[in-house]
Amino acid sequence: MNEEKVGVYVCHCGTNIAKVVDVVDVATWAGEQPNVEVAREYKFMCSSLGQELIEQDIKEKGLTRVVVASCSPHMHEKTFRGACERAGLNPFLFEMANIREHDSWITDDKVAATQKAKSLTNAAIARVVHHQPLEPIPVEINPNTLIVGGGIAGITAALELADAGNHVYLVEREPSIGGHMAQLDKTFPTLDCSACILTPKMVDVGQHANITLLTWSEVEELDGYLGNFTATVRKKARYVNEEVCTGCGICIEKCPAKVLDEVFEVGMGTRKVIYRPFPQAVPKYPVIDKENCIYFLRGKCKACELFCPTEPNSIDFTQKDEILKLQVGNIILATGYDLFDVKRIPQYGYGRLKNVFTSLEFERMVNASGPTDGKIVLRDGKTPPASVAIVHCVGSRDENYHKYCSKICCMYSLKFAHLVHERIPDAEVYNCYIDMRTPGKGYEEFYHRLLEEGTNFIRGKVAEITDAPRIPAEEGKLVVQVEDTLIGRQRRVPVDMVILSPAMEAKPDSKEVSQLFKMGCDFDGFFTERHPKLDPVATMTEGIYIAGACQGPKDVPESVVQGAAAAARVAGLINRGTVMMEPVRANIDQDKCSGCRICNNMCPYNAIVFHEDRHVSEVITALCQGCGTCVAACPSGIITGAHFTNDQVFSEIEGILWDVRPEKVLA
Amino acid sequence: MSENFEPVIVGFLCNWCSYRAADLAGTARLKYAPNMRPIRVMCSGRVDPQFVLKALRNGADGVMIAGCHPGECHYVSGNIKALRRFVLLKKMLRQLGVEEERVQLVWASASEGIILAEKVDKMTAEVRALGPLNWNKTVLGGNGHPVVKAEPVAEEV
Repeated sequence: MNEEKVGVYVCHCGTNIAKVVDVVDVATWAGEQPNVEVAREYKFMCSSLGQELIEQDIKEKGLTRVVVASCSPHMHEKTFRGACERAGLNPFLFEMANIREHDSWITDDKVAATQKAKSLTNAAIARVVHHQPLEPIPVEINPNTLIVGGGIAGITAALELADAGNHVYLVEREPSIGGHMAQLDKTFPTLDCSACILTPKMVDVGQHANITLLTWSEVEELDGYLGNFTATVRKKARYVNEEVCTGCGICIEKCPAKVLDEVFEVGMGTRKVIYRPFPQAVPKYPVIDKENCIYFLRGKCKACELFCPTEPNSIDFTQKDEILKLQVGNIILATGYDLFDVKRIPQYGYGRLKNVFTSLEFERMVNASGPTDGKIVLRDGKTPPASVAIVHCVGSRDENYHKYCSKICCMYSLKFAHLVHERIPDAEVYNCYIDMRTPGKGYEEFYHRLLEEGTNFIRGKVAEITDAPRIPAEEGKLVVQVEDTLIGRQRRVPVDMVILSPAMEAKPDSKEVSQLFKMGCDFDGFFTERHPKLDPVATMTEGIYIAGACQGPKDVPESVVQGAAAAARVAGLINRGTVMMEPVRANIDQDKCSGCRICNNMCPYNAIVFHEDRHVSEVITALCQGCGTCVAACPSGIITGAHFTNDQVFSEIEGILWDVRPEKVLA
Repeated sequence: MSENFEPVIVGFLCNWCSYRAADLAGTARLKYAPNMRPIRVMCSGRVDPQFVLKALRNGADGVMIAGCHPGECHYVSGNIKALRRFVLLKKMLRQLGVEEERVQLVWASASEGIILAEKVDKMTAEVRALGPLNWNKTVLGGNGHPVVKAEPVAEEV
């Protein structure tokens, strides 16, 4: 161990590090530390010249270990490992000291920063001499992909992968794919008919030879790791035999029971108990809503079965939930979003004041196939409003609810204003906004179009919506109380209809979903990407990707981009066939294991098996993820956590405390 | 002695949440106490109580263990195991006369650079107020064990 030759390279990172840390001092000091053969400082270690410096020293000075003191290993560990490898040194004989993110960027105190830089560098030197050469573990990638969520992001990802010749399982919770986009009427800023551009893609998915579409299904369990996941999917009973059903819809017509459609029509319309969410649903097979079905409730009816024209009959009241085990190599989560519950802001009166609508209710209303056949009317179902107020930022950009900007609301609120102008030319439209946010191709132009169409823009956050009049002109109206910050005055705007534009928020079960898939989500419930700028569709868990609004508020084009991007990432892995995994794994010394089994319960992946015959435990390397929990738990200390061994960490502790070490220490 | 005393705190940061939180704090140029010296572990569940004792024995005035929030662990539940060990370790440290504030367990997710920075500041202030730990005197001295003639640290095997 004492014969190791360590090369230490201290990076200036331009002035990022050198401005606060005395890099020359650190390098000079490092050169005097035990085992250090050479210590240098350089402007940019990550540049090709910087890397060459390392390669040259490995070859010429025979370095056996390399330490680079620069940025976070999450930034450039790969880069420098590559340099070592090119010079013939095992890449795991390298260690990084993070003197930028953890040091120079967090303090202006040059003395303290330089001292800390020495500590971190010394820790790395002390640790690296205990490193062992490791070989990455090759993992074969199962070419099948699981996509969860059949909205536009999931659909795009599925088609991209399937068109490239890969098999995809697309799992959707609802009876049809399409997601929120299927509920919309027009899409901003082009005013494309949403269904017209979406349904062809849905049909493509439904007919694609490479896509297994599993609607009315949910993922219940996930095992395995990159390249080799096993997903357990519950395919809920439809009570309709998909093998024989032709989707003719006679059963829907004949079903005598109607219920409020809370999902697709957001409570604005009704549906039958045997139903398709909407006419263009994919797949075309209907579903029986068991909770409301007369037959399931009272034991008789069976109208659907009676009128079903297929032979054999497609209706099957005995159908059971099916549990499927899918073998896949990668997973893309595109589980979408929900809208903020506007009832949480009682002063906006939703639910109490009948002519206050949510954005999605309005979307359904203006949709030609919606409950009012596209007519904009008040809750009474017939009166067109003479004036409409559209309230932006409901639940977003609000300290009390969501701090974030929901990003798409300005644009769809403008679209609503346009649709009101188009359908009711005489109507007055008021858009109450905090700031108008229209970044995007053609978006600002759309805003200007609305300015010309005569929309009244009021810059201010709405305080209250009330039906209590103060003057005769307010009688029978909804009054929007808002501070117009541009004229510096409180205004009371009497209108017939109010549309609330609620924030996009994460699905209520996103926490559970993130746990199920063993990846992270933030406080707002949106899934966390691997890097917010440079790796927006990968997650911290290898083999699991995210796309669309489950990652954060997003409009259709952005969701499509992410869906395609995630598909490209997966396709890349499938093409490679085999990937190399970090060899950070636990290993139990079979000769020394006492068989106490303490580690067995520690492992979250059930990667430790106990051999009854030999009375020892063993780690299944393929299942181990390298967390090291068992290593810390082993009372005999005979589990080795590769690259994080006790020796390595203990030395690192000693090294990091080089300047405060007491004279004598009890071992 | 505690005039101008700057505590040294060793931080065990999990690779997925807290280490990245510290990265983020740096990237966002948040200014906080440089007293915490981070050591990366894959999971807070990897933090063997011996690591903490080793750090204190070797001159650290405090140890911070930082992991993902409960329920958010990259390895499902490693942080819960860290919590369990932490509770036991605290009991033992109390018996040794090591003050509560010297060993802390904090949760900081990858997006919580601010939280991590705040916790480091808070802990630094607390440990600064306590003064140096001086393990040999406080822990060993008080126990009647001789402090002299100890072998230097040797991890064989």
